[in-house]
Order: sequence, then structure tokens, then C-alpha cells
Amino acid sequence: MSEIALDQIRFPHRHLLGIEGLSQDVISLLLDRAESYVEHNRQTDKTLSMLGGRTIINLFYEDSTRTRTSFELAGKQLGGNVINMSVATSSVKKGETLIDTAMTLNAMHPDVLVVRHNDSGAVQLLSEKVNCAVINAGDGRHEHPTQALLDALTIRRRKGRISGLLVAICGDIAHSRVARSNIHLLNAMGAQVRLIAPKTLIPSSIERLGVEVFNDMNEGLKDCDIVMMLRLQTERMQGGFFPSIREYFHFFGLDYEKLANAREDALIMHPGPMNRGVEIASEVADDIGRSAIREQVEMGVAVRMACLELLTLYAPKEDGS
Amino acid sequence: MNRVAYINARLLDPASGLDSPGALISEGETVVDFGPDLSPPDDAQIVDCKGLCLIPGLVDMRVQLREPGEEYKGTLASAGRAATAGGVTSMVCLPNTNPVIDDMSVLEFVARRARKLGLAKVYPYGAVTKGLMGEELAEIGLLSESGALAFTDGVKAVSNAQIMRRALSYASNFGQMIIQHPEEPSLAQGGVMNSGETSTRLGLSGIPREAEIIMVERDIRLAEMTGGRLHFAHLSTGEAVDVVRRAKARGLAITCDTAPPYFALSEIAVGEYRTFAKLSPPLRAEEDRLAVIEGLQDGTIDAIASDHAPHDEESKRLPFAQAAFGGVGLETLLVITLELFHNGHLDLLSALRLITSAPADLLKLEAGRLKKGAPADLVLVDPGRGWKVDADKMQSISKNTPFDGRPVQGVVLKTVVDGRTVFEKDA
Repeated sequence: MSEIALDQIRFPHRHLLGIEGLSQDVISLLLDRAESYVEHNRQTDKTLSMLGGRTIINLFYEDSTRTRTSFELAGKQLGGNVINMSVATSSVKKGETLIDTAMTLNAMHPDVLVVRHNDSGAVQLLSEKVNCAVINAGDGRHEHPTQALLDALTIRRRKGRISGLLVAICGDIAHSRVARSNIHLLNAMGAQVRLIAPKTLIPSSIERLGVEVFNDMNEGLKDCDIVMMLRLQTERMQGGFFPSIREYFHFFGLDYEKLANAREDALIMHPGPMNRGVEIASEVADDIGRSAIREQVEMGVAVRMACLELLTLYAPKEDGS
Repeated sequence: MNRVAYINARLLDPASGLDSPGALISEGETVVDFGPDLSPPDDAQIVDCKGLCLIPGLVDMRVQLREPGEEYKGTLASAGRAATAGGVTSMVCLPNTNPVIDDMSVLEFVARRARKLGLAKVYPYGAVTKGLMGEELAEIGLLSESGALAFTDGVKAVSNAQIMRRALSYASNFGQMIIQHPEEPSLAQGGVMNSGETSTRLGLSGIPREAEIIMVERDIRLAEMTGGRLHFAHLSTGEAVDVVRRAKARGLAITCDTAPPYFALSEIAVGEYRTFAKLSPPLRAEEDRLAVIEGLQDGTIDAIASDHAPHDEESKRLPFAQAAFGGVGLETLLVITLELFHNGHLDLLSALRLITSAPADLLKLEAGRLKKGAPADLVLVDPGRGWKVDADKMQSISKNTPFDGRPVQGVVLKTVVDGRTVFEKDA
């Protein structure tokens, strides 16, 4: 764990809207700060006070259990006030537009808005209308930066590095914001990224983001250090991407047989929630020796603490100070 | 009769190739004479053009009016003001109003309202199918008799091949043309921008270029099969232009147009989710933009239309996927077209022809040319003067231009419709 002198910390961005455009230094800073919270979070008394008196609003336009809870815990453990706005019971249901909601919440002077929305770009649009810091907790199929950061922290703790690793991201790339954020982060940190999916789930020209594309699991997994599985987002699919779940699992579901192509010490990851027997076999997901899936959830809280702290205390304000 | 003499003008008439210093004289609503050595009659009111360009009023063959039905987005009056400020003296409107122009009474309502306003002239297209639903043919013959200039389902493609076949065939009874928005809906479905690296990076659903190409290819077959007269609106892809090029080489009566965004912008303009750059068809790749310019140069693309599509803020200040498609264009049609001249792609007369006599000829309109006895629809233009497009200063009620902030060259100083000055630039 690297110690950083607090008075030397500068976080150069007002918001955290995506990984794209973040430098290696900024990503490392986020990961280092997160790292410093991992042990702390394992103690019985977890309360800190650096965000005392600060307000964090969780604004979730899509259902979420783990991300919302993770942000809520992170904010509370830093001593902040956390409010959850659930869209189902809010004025959004009554037809209020995204921008009107943003203006309304802005008038309450929150310090951070944590936003999830089902449209790509919606969180950026909202960030243009408010004075506080905005964290993207997932927008459409665009980005989910805290997920990529927690994945990176998990990898770094298990493998001691990110640079030089061969990482395969497998499954529903087309509909995945997790994939996009991870591609940007892993490339920025010097890992080598492969995507493995049927052609119908590979978006157009994705190789230009700096990845190698495979359509065969056995081939793509060869010698990989990390195997990231993605959730099949059937709710975002309008028909006909593949014929059946059975066929999908047969060719693209992660089981021990396909996994045998990867390195012996390959780490298995999944952003959750998992579709067991669809993209991943239960016994692989639950393999304590190889699966880092539960650890990812743990790292999520530490990463979100780092994001909240850095954006609240060490980021430039609207007036540039 | 009220006579006006426009003197010291650089007369430009793309239809005849005239480019000469001289004067033009109108009497009442009509041009009576023009030429190099013309002395103004004593009783004429004198307009000194100071050596600037006097050109025929622009003919814009693709404009969406929002009246009747969506007056908060645009009215005939606001479209008229935008048109005349942009040098457009004749515009042809799509039938996608509410109610739809699939009925003689709506067509006559629009035409009558526009005449009363006395700004730019408005000519309606009729709907190909009832309610633009793509299922049953509208009364093409009767609409035609009432003055519909051609037939189109507007921003929707006629997607059913059998309906398109019948429409082409039936409309040809009346010598009428079908204008297609070429986009295969099942391929475009759910898409919000061009399919490619940018859509992938932004996490937006793409509309593949093939959606346009396939529809152009299919419809050329149907036109050949029926002998119908077919025109494609706003081509945006290099391959579609090429398919039309080959059809023309085979002697088929196929024509097409494009709109300024497709030769002046590419998908890069979407940037970080700029909804003003969300257009239909979507802005394409740089190679497509260059191929569209080539199509304009070699005559494959017959005309340029503004594709004016006003939308209020509430329809555009939304997450990209939810925002409406389209941009306003009446006030930038001339200046963006002039970029083709300033950038050396076309000579001045050829550039102007694409927005004057060329669309008029396609629609058999008596407009878009300097002609003795023709209506005095004129524009005085300073082609070299620079300015910056500013959405807030536009005449249109809706300000959704994809060109906001763009430095352009060419200023409309005066617009004349039927001999009356309907727009004059403040000095």
C-alpha cells in the first residue's frame, strides 16, 4: 500500500463520467486511495469523518442493488449524508425531465450526485446542468467507471500489476458499459485486451478502441491471465442476437473445459448479477481458488469511497479553484 | 405599375450560365428585363446593388413545416421568415403535418395560409400513403389535381415493396414523382446515429449505412419495373450515390438530392452526445462526406435541399437516444452550399444551380431562374462576407441547427418575392 501525503493530492476532474480520457496517473491515484480503505473496511468500526456534513444523492433511474448499496455504504463510512432517490417513487414517474430533476436536486446543494441512467450520455447531460460533482454509476451501454476501477483494484491485488496482463472480456459486449469502461482502463494501464463474443454481440469497429476480437472461446481464452465474464443483458436486446440460451452457453458460457485454455492461475471475474448456467457455469463461479467475484464486490466499496473522497475534497470546483 | 431597377448588380443565372455586370428591372410581380447595358426607366425605384450578386430566389425542395399540428415548433410564418432570411423564395413542404397532407383540404389549407402570409412561396408534397402509414395509397390523382408537386411519406420510407411498386406505377399515370426517404426501417430500427467507431465508443445504437444503400438499390429495381419516376431525398452514403450514378448511366429516370449536413459535417459532429447533430439520415463517416461532394461535382446528385426540421428545446435537451431527429436548415442552405464554391469543389454558378434552377426543374416549378416574364423572386447576396452561425439569432422559432458557431461566408442582403422586398438585412 502506497502512502500519499494528503496535501499533495490533486484530482484534476470535476466529475467522474467515464474512464475514457483519464490518465494512468489519475487511475493510479484512485486505485491507491481505494487500496488504503480495503483493510479499514474489514474492521468492526468503519466510521470515518472526512465527508462530515457533506451530502451525497444517489439518483438511480435503473434498478440496482449492489452498485447503489455500495455507494451508500461508501458515503456513510466516510461520514457523509447519503440520500437515495428511487425513481419509482419520485417525480420522474410523473413525467419530469432529466434536466428538470437535475435542476431541482441542484437547488438542494448536494456535494455529489451519483447517477445511473438507462440512456448513454444521460449522466453527462445532467452533469452540464449542476454545480456539484457527478459520478456516473452506469449510463446505458456507454460507461460504468467505478466498476472498471473495482475490477482493476481486484486484479492489482491478486496479480500485483495490471500492465502486461492478457485480459479476455467475454460475452455481451454490444450492450455492456462494463466492457467499454474496462477496455479504456486496461488499455490505459498497459494490459492487453481481447474480446470474445459471437459476431452479433460485437459492436461495429470496436477493434479501433485497441482490442483484439475473437469469436471462439477456446481460441480467445488461450494464455489469458484474467477472464472477465459479462452478464447477458437480455433486457436490452430486441430479438435475434443468438438462437437460444442453450446454444449460447454451449459456445460462449464459461465452463472448466473452455477455461482450461487460459493460464492455470487465470482469475475469473464477473460484474454481477450473474446468470448462472447462461454465461457462466455455477461451479466455475463458486470456485474459491479462481473466482474473484466476491472480492470484486468488496473492492467496490473501497473504490467508491476513493471516488467520493477525491471528487469532494481534492477536485477543482466550478469556478476553477 | 410599380417598377424597380436593380442596378450595378453582378447578375448570376445558373440556368443560362449568365454571369455579368448589369441591371434587372421588375414591374409589379414580374421581371421585365435584365442584362448588361440596361438603363433604368425614369419612374423606376432604384436599388443600387453595389456590384454584389443578384441571383434567382432559392428553391428548397425539402422543408418540414410544423403547421398545422405542432405550432410550438414552427409555424408557416416562422418558416417564411427563416426562408426569406436565408434567400429561399420557394419551399416545398413535407406532408408530415398533423393532420397529414393526404387530403385535398389540408393541402389547400397550407397553400392558402402561405399565400396570405406573402413570405416565401409554399408548395406542398402529397402523402404517398394515407396517414403516412405505408399501407394504403393516398388519393394521388386528386391531390395532384389540387397542386401537390410530388409524393412522399416524408421522414418515413415507403418500406413495403409492393406498396412502393404500386405507388410508382400509379403516380406515373399523373406524371408524378415519388420521393423516397431511403432507409430500410428494419435495419435502422432503434438506431440513433451512424453505426461505427463513434457509436460504439459512445454506446449508442447504430444505423448501418446499408439501411440506405439497400433501399436505394431496391427502389431503383421497382422504378425500372414500373417505369415510375423516382427521386431519393438526402443521400448520405458514398455507395448510395454510386448506385444512383450507375442507374443514371443505364439511362434510368432516377434523381436524388442531398442536404448541407451530409457534405459539410460528419459523425464527428455528434462529439459528446450533441443532440443538434442527431439527424435522419444520421451524419456519416468522413469518406461518405467526400463521396457526397463527388456526387455533387459529377452531377449524380441533382440538387441540394435544406431538410429543414424544426424541433423545440424540449425535444432536443434530452439524452441522445430520446432526442428528436433533425435540424433547421432554411437559414444556412445558401451559406453552406457556398462552402462548395469557397472550398473550390464547384464554381459559383454550379453551386447556385443546385439550390435554384435544378430543384425547380425536378419539380417543374417556374422558379429558380432569371427570366423575362417570370416572377421577380430575387436575392441580393454578398458571397464573400464572413459571419458566424448563431442559433440564438435565427428567425426560426426552433433553433436546432447542427451548424451553430460555424464560421461561414455569404450574406443575404435582400430577398424579393413577387417584386416585394420581404427581407432586408440591417446595415
